[in-house]
Amino acid sequence: MAAPATLQRTGPACYELPIGFRDGMRVPVRVYGSEKLVAEMDDQVFRQAANVATLPGIVEASFCMPDAHWGYGFPIGGVAAMDPESGVISPGGIGFDINCGMRLARTDLSWSEVQPRLGQLVDALAARVPAGTGRRGFVRISRDDFRDVLRDGAGWAVRQGYGTPDDLTHTEENGCFPDADPERVSERAIERGYQQIGTLGSGNHYLEIQVIHPEGVYDAELAEVFGLGRPGQVVVMFHCGSRGFGHQVATDYLQRFLRAMPKKFQLPVIERELACAPFASREGRDYFAAMSCAANMSFANRQVILHRIREVFSDVFRRPAEELGIRNVYDVAHNTAKLETVELGGARRQLLVHRKGATRAFPPGHPELPAAYQRTGQPVIIGGSMETGSYLLTGVASGAASFYSTAHGSGRTMSRTRARKLVRGRELQQRMAERGILVRTTSFRGLAEEAGFAYKNVDEVAEASETAGLSKRVVHFTPVGNVKG
Amino acid sequence: MSGSARFEFVDSVTSDLSFVAWGGTLEELFAAAAEALLAATLENPDCVGSELRRSLSLEEPDLDLLLLRYLNELVYLRDAEHLLLRPRDLRVSRDGGARLEAQLVGEAIRPERHRLAGDVKAATAYGLEVSPVDSGWRATVTLDV
Repeated sequence: MAAPATLQRTGPACYELPIGFRDGMRVPVRVYGSEKLVAEMDDQVFRQAANVATLPGIVEASFCMPDAHWGYGFPIGGVAAMDPESGVISPGGIGFDINCGMRLARTDLSWSEVQPRLGQLVDALAARVPAGTGRRGFVRISRDDFRDVLRDGAGWAVRQGYGTPDDLTHTEENGCFPDADPERVSERAIERGYQQIGTLGSGNHYLEIQVIHPEGVYDAELAEVFGLGRPGQVVVMFHCGSRGFGHQVATDYLQRFLRAMPKKFQLPVIERELACAPFASREGRDYFAAMSCAANMSFANRQVILHRIREVFSDVFRRPAEELGIRNVYDVAHNTAKLETVELGGARRQLLVHRKGATRAFPPGHPELPAAYQRTGQPVIIGGSMETGSYLLTGVASGAASFYSTAHGSGRTMSRTRARKLVRGRELQQRMAERGILVRTTSFRGLAEEAGFAYKNVDEVAEASETAGLSKRVVHFTPVGNVKG
Repeated sequence: MSGSARFEFVDSVTSDLSFVAWGGTLEELFAAAAEALLAATLENPDCVGSELRRSLSLEEPDLDLLLLRYLNELVYLRDAEHLLLRPRDLRVSRDGGARLEAQLVGEAIRPERHRLAGDVKAATAYGLEVSPVDSGWRATVTLDV
């Protein structure tokens, strides 16, 4: 791993790879991160970000967040904004797990109350929130009802009694992408996903019980607005996406775009996973509508999972969830493309912002934030590895430079194949238990692949995000119980 | 490398899972790729029985796109019908485009029997390659997991 010789430092935790690094670049590549994080990035991060810089209609720069790592098409941690008239939309800029995202729920419970019942809680969560491959959720609906989910997102789940209207106002886009059109989705995608609402999935998906320690509070005033910050306070964080439904939407449209690129659009295929179509074309708009459906399925999935978490805590503590103060702090999307209005060169423009493994981070005062967060900025949830902890950050005004985008997680530094050669899952589970982290998993092999050493240091990612002016640290969370997908 | 099915997981895309598969013929190559997919999905792929059958018929312009579509069909059948399948009586032909005819055999997922490991989301087109080598054919595939 070595950064290209032409990479120039342009500011605190900010680097630029100028146009000319490869043929056809329309904009430079801008990489955020500390010197160490950037030095440790795979060569492929720079190559893939430079490929993205060649896409028609890209504006300002091809961005890499501090947790960027080798993906396909875009790097994971890649952000690109396109002009909606002249630019393209690319499934490779979103990923197969559309709207894979994070949700954070706070509680009034303290660690001293939870510790004696931790095993019971983790076991109940593992039983009530199905994880792993090929699992069905408890929500039994018809294929037609599933189309309502695709249109309405988390709002559908709340209407069914799985949550409250307050949950929706504390979810990105209020839990619904408005351009969703189920007519643009294949029957195969519906068949693959309609039984999966309320399931966690596998890979890097997880559900975690975490604790706030006094030294983990970076900004007590902001934390208080989010209902956080009391020493010993327990929170629940989880990471999952649109499951097989979103994967099939991406698979369907990748095939369709690959066929249309050379013949219909005369667009060169630089890399097949960078397949794209003009956003204004029929293909581009169809994908946008289908991708929005997958984003909505994912919001509904996380909403239903929050409902299950409330049920579990209520059962274990024999008190209603409201009395336990279980509230949605926020829900953020990682893998999406969205039309957003930005200030650029003194003018307001609408751009199609692709974020693949990156988080939107609107600043204080942004009109799309709920009233309660107007003063704080948007909560940003950065999940670390299951061994190291996670962060809540918040959006800042200087984030305008990256179209209000920031990091999404630790970012892997090691392949899954290599990680599982270095540790056995059972051994890792034991080691974590000795350090006070109780893990339940459906696969010990999968657990080994997610070992902490396979990831960047989340503290460095969060610090670099702040130094680069992308977002600001508020609270650090320490894991104590984990349901590994 | 696995015993008779010739594939090997390799270091590649950090968040995903890449493999190389080999076959003396295209049929052997496609069978090895299906075994790699099963090995990515299960800790005990040898436990998959053969009580169910499905027919599969596919056509694509190129061999690599045919391999991609075939693997994604297996992923689809796992999610939509909860089936773990491997090919039997596989035929791959090239006359203008690339065609595949196969009988798939397998069984429904039973968590008490099948130790599920990785939820493969899709076979991706990233770095996808099918090429002739001295001993027959070689393919490189990256799975999104």
